[in-house]
Amino acid sequence: MQDSGQSGEPRLMVEDMAGAKLVLLTDRKILDEINITQIGQELARLVAESDTPKIIVDFGNVAHMSSSALGMLITLHKRVAEKKGQLRFCNIQPSIHEVFVITRLNEIFRIHQSRAEAVESLQ
Amino acid sequence: MSETIRISSKLGQARQVEKLLLDEAEKFGYGEAAIFAIKLALEEALNNAIKHGNGFDSGKTVEVAFDIDARQAVVTITDQGRGFNPKSVPDPTADENLEKPCGRGIMLMKAYMDRVEYNKQGNQVRLVKRNG
Repeated sequence: MQDSGQSGEPRLMVEDMAGAKLVLLTDRKILDEINITQIGQELARLVAESDTPKIIVDFGNVAHMSSSALGMLITLHKRVAEKKGQLRFCNIQPSIHEVFVITRLNEIFRIHQSRAEAVESLQ
Repeated sequence: MSETIRISSKLGQARQVEKLLLDEAEKFGYGEAAIFAIKLALEEALNNAIKHGNGFDSGKTVEVAFDIDARQAVVTITDQGRGFNPKSVPDPTADENLEKPCGRGIMLMKAYMDRVEYNKQGNQVRLVKRNG
């Protein structure tokens, strides 16, 4: 499944992986303020589609982060938790990971080095 | 390079100004970490000016004054809003605020810039990032 931005380029790639939905953010600037609301809505739709969502978000292509993006991710986290689902993040570049640490959000989110580790952590 | 630019309260224009400033910083040899920091802080400050300061009011503008050289980058952002008290923003890293979706912008600016200074009214912020 793809979801496209205004340019027609897909912003999210979603595939099934080991009973979970793997979400690949495809653009290094995907988390710019302009995109965040729409990305958040797309992710919300993904959560709504499942009774107990299992979602892995791959940040491999993400080179930039903002407080608005963090807010969107927190909202995603809450939505998944409300449905007793599971949310994992993986492949976060060191500079982006530092943002999670500075904001202490690394204590809220389940963050893994790789997709494989994220999949393995799912119950 | 030293210049003052005025933009409308549109996020797209903020992104264009960011690119201009980041290109200048790169020309002066700012490293990857500094560029990342400037981009992050600039985006936070400009988003705040547009969203919270000007309320996306198309009749209001944001002034961006910058002075970038090999030693440091100084950016002053002024909106046309009423201003606010930056000290009134709760600590987003406090346990009770961790899961709130907003309130992290100023904290991130302070974490990544060498100096963050607000004017008395609270509608202007000055960001300083030293090179190296």
